Amino acid sequence: MSQVQTAPRTIVDRHKAVIWLRQMHLIRRFEERAAFLYQNQKIGGFCHLYNGQEACAVGSIGMLRDDDYLITAYRDHGHALARGMDPKPAMAELLGKSTGCSGGKGGSMHFFQAEKGFLGGHAIVGSHIPLATGVAFANKYKGGDQVCLCYFGDGAINQGSFHEALNMAGMWKLPAIYYVENNMISMGTQLERSSAVLDLTVRGGEPYHMPAYRVDANDVEQVAEVTQRAITRARAGEGPTFIEAITYRFRGHSMSDPQKYRTKEDMDKAKLRDPITLWENRLLQRGWIDESSLEQMREEIRDQVEAAIEFAENSPEPGPEDLYTNITVAPYSPQESD
Amino acid sequence: MPILAYRDALNQAMAEEMERDDNVYLMGEEVAEYNGAYKVSQGLWDRFGSRRVIDTPISEGGFSGIGIGSAMVGLRPIIEFMTFSFSLVAIDQILNNAANMRYMSGGQFSIPIVFRGSSGMAGCLAATHSHRLEAIYSHFPGLTVVMPATAADAKGLLKSAIRSDDPVIFIEHENLYGEKGEVPEGDHLVPIGKANVVREGSDVTLLTYSRSILNTLAAAEQLAAEGVSAEVIDLRTLRPLDMDTILKSVLKTHRCVIIEENWPYCGIGAGVADRIYQEIFDELDAPIRRVTAKDAPIPYNRKLELSMLPTVERIVAKINDVLYRKA
Repeated sequence: MSQVQTAPRTIVDRHKAVIWLRQMHLIRRFEERAAFLYQNQKIGGFCHLYNGQEACAVGSIGMLRDDDYLITAYRDHGHALARGMDPKPAMAELLGKSTGCSGGKGGSMHFFQAEKGFLGGHAIVGSHIPLATGVAFANKYKGGDQVCLCYFGDGAINQGSFHEALNMAGMWKLPAIYYVENNMISMGTQLERSSAVLDLTVRGGEPYHMPAYRVDANDVEQVAEVTQRAITRARAGEGPTFIEAITYRFRGHSMSDPQKYRTKEDMDKAKLRDPITLWENRLLQRGWIDESSLEQMREEIRDQVEAAIEFAENSPEPGPEDLYTNITVAPYSPQESD
Repeated sequence: MPILAYRDALNQAMAEEMERDDNVYLMGEEVAEYNGAYKVSQGLWDRFGSRRVIDTPISEGGFSGIGIGSAMVGLRPIIEFMTFSFSLVAIDQILNNAANMRYMSGGQFSIPIVFRGSSGMAGCLAATHSHRLEAIYSHFPGLTVVMPATAADAKGLLKSAIRSDDPVIFIEHENLYGEKGEVPEGDHLVPIGKANVVREGSDVTLLTYSRSILNTLAAAEQLAAEGVSAEVIDLRTLRPLDMDTILKSVLKTHRCVIIEENWPYCGIGAGVADRIYQEIFDELDAPIRRVTAKDAPIPYNRKLELSMLPTVERIVAKINDVLYRKA
C-alpha cells in the first residue's frame, strides 16, 4: 500500500509558491529569534524549534481550506505560522504575555487559534492523535466535508493512543490525515532504537486499512501533492490516510539538548538539503523569483519578526486575577478557603 | 409521579437530551447493539441508530480522546465507561486534555463532555473492578464531579451534566442501578453544585453521597429512636462543593460526620473536613469524624469486601463519638 514519492511535479502556481517560501522563511526567522530570546531567559520552560522541518507544515497546511482543522504536538510554532497565525501573538505567547495566542497560559507547547481551526499544540506525546480523530468524527457526524490534519513525531508512533485512534479512524472511514514528521530522532533516541521497523508506513497504513505514503519532506511540493491526495480521499468519504514525511531537525529536541547523539558531519550533510534552499532554487530556476525580490522578502520578514518581539515585550503580563479565568465555562469556584 | 429504577432514570435522561439536541451522542463499549453492560443504554440504539449510539473497540483512551476532540468542535458526547475502574486507562485524556483544554487555550476551546459509568464495590469484583475514583477526579481544577444517589437525581443531574459546557465526571454506583424512586417526568433538571438536605436534624450533620446515603439514613433512623436528631446531607456534586449548605448545617449542629466509600487518606472526606475546619473551626463542638472504606485493596472474598464498607454500625459509632455519647 505504501508508495514512495520521488519526482517533484509543479502543483502550485507562482503566487502560492512565493507565499510558501515566505512562510518557510518566516518560520525559520521566528525560531532563530525565539532561540535567542530563550538564551536570554525571556522565554521559559521547554522550547522545541522547527528549523529544518518547515516544508512539512507549509506544504501540507497550504493545501487545506479555511474551514478545515489541524492539530499538532508540542513542536507547534511552525504549524501555527503556516496556518497564518500572526507572529505577534505567537511571540507574545512565548514570552507568557496576556496578548499571546493562548493568553499566556499555554506557552511554547500549547499554541491555539480557534478562528483558524488550529486546535492546538499538545505536549503529551501521542495524546492529541485521538483528539484529531474526534474532530474527524465530528466532521462526519455533522455531514460536512472538512478534514482534520494531525501532525506528530516518530516518537508518538509508539504510544497506544496512536494505534487506538488509527484503528477507529480506519474502521469508521473518518476524514483524518495522520502525518508523522519522521525526523529520525525521538528526543535523543534514534529510530532504530525505538521502532521494530524503520519504514513507518508499515506501522500506520495497512494495519488500519488506510493508504500510506512516504514523502521526502525537504521538498515542499512533494508534501503538497501527497497531502492533496489524502484530502481528496477524505472529502470523498473514503477515509483516512497515513503520511510519513521524512525530515530532519536542525536544532536539538529542545533548547536544553546538547545533541550528543549525532555528529557535525550528519548535520552538515542534512543542511545540504535545507528545504528552504531547495525551494528557493527551484523558484529561481522557474523564474518565479529573483535575487532582489528574495532579498526584499528576507528583509520584510526580519522586520516582521522584530515587530513581533517588540509587541511581545511591550505587552502586559496576565494579572493575578487571570489565574482563575477560563478554567470552566460555568462560574468557577476555587475549592480553597483563603 | 412515575416510579423508575435509577438505571431507567439515567436512560430517560439520555434519551430526552438526545431527542432535544442532535449534537448529543453516546459512545462506549457495548452501549449500542448489546444495550449496555448494565443496560443503562437499553433501547437507545434502536431508537437513535448507529450514528448517535456508537459501539467502540476496547480502547478507553482512544474513544475518550475522540469524545474530547469532537467536543472541541461542537458536539456534546456522553462517553460511557463500562465501569469507572476502566477510566484509569483513559486518565491522560481526562486530566490532561478534557480538564485543561479551556485553560491552556486561553478560553478558546471548551469541552462539553460527560464521562459516565458504574463504580464501586458491587460484589466480588475484586481490586481492579471496584474502584471509587471520585477523590482523584475531584482533585483537578477544570472538572465537575457528580455522584447521584437516587433515581430522581440520576435523571436530573445527568440532564444537567449533558447540558453543561464543561467536562463532567458522572459516577454511578453499580448497586444503585436497581434502586427505585419517584422521578419527575420531562425536563427535570437538578442543578450541579447543589447539595440536598435529605433529612433535617439538629444534633449532628451527616455528609455523604452515592450509595452511602442508604446506610447513613438507616443510622440516622436508628439514632432517632434513641432521641438523636441527625441532619443528613447528600452532597450530590463533589466538585464544586456546596459549602453554603454544608456550613449552614454545621453551624446549626456544631458536629459533623462524613461518610464515603472511598479510601481515607486524601479522600473526599479529608478535603471536605479541611474546608469546614478552615471556615468554622471555632463553631465545632467535637472533631469531625469520618467513616470510609478500609485502607486496603478491595478483596474478592465477599465477607472481607463487606467489611471494607461503611456499615450502619460503624456510622452510628462515629456519630456517638462526636456527640460524646455512650452507645
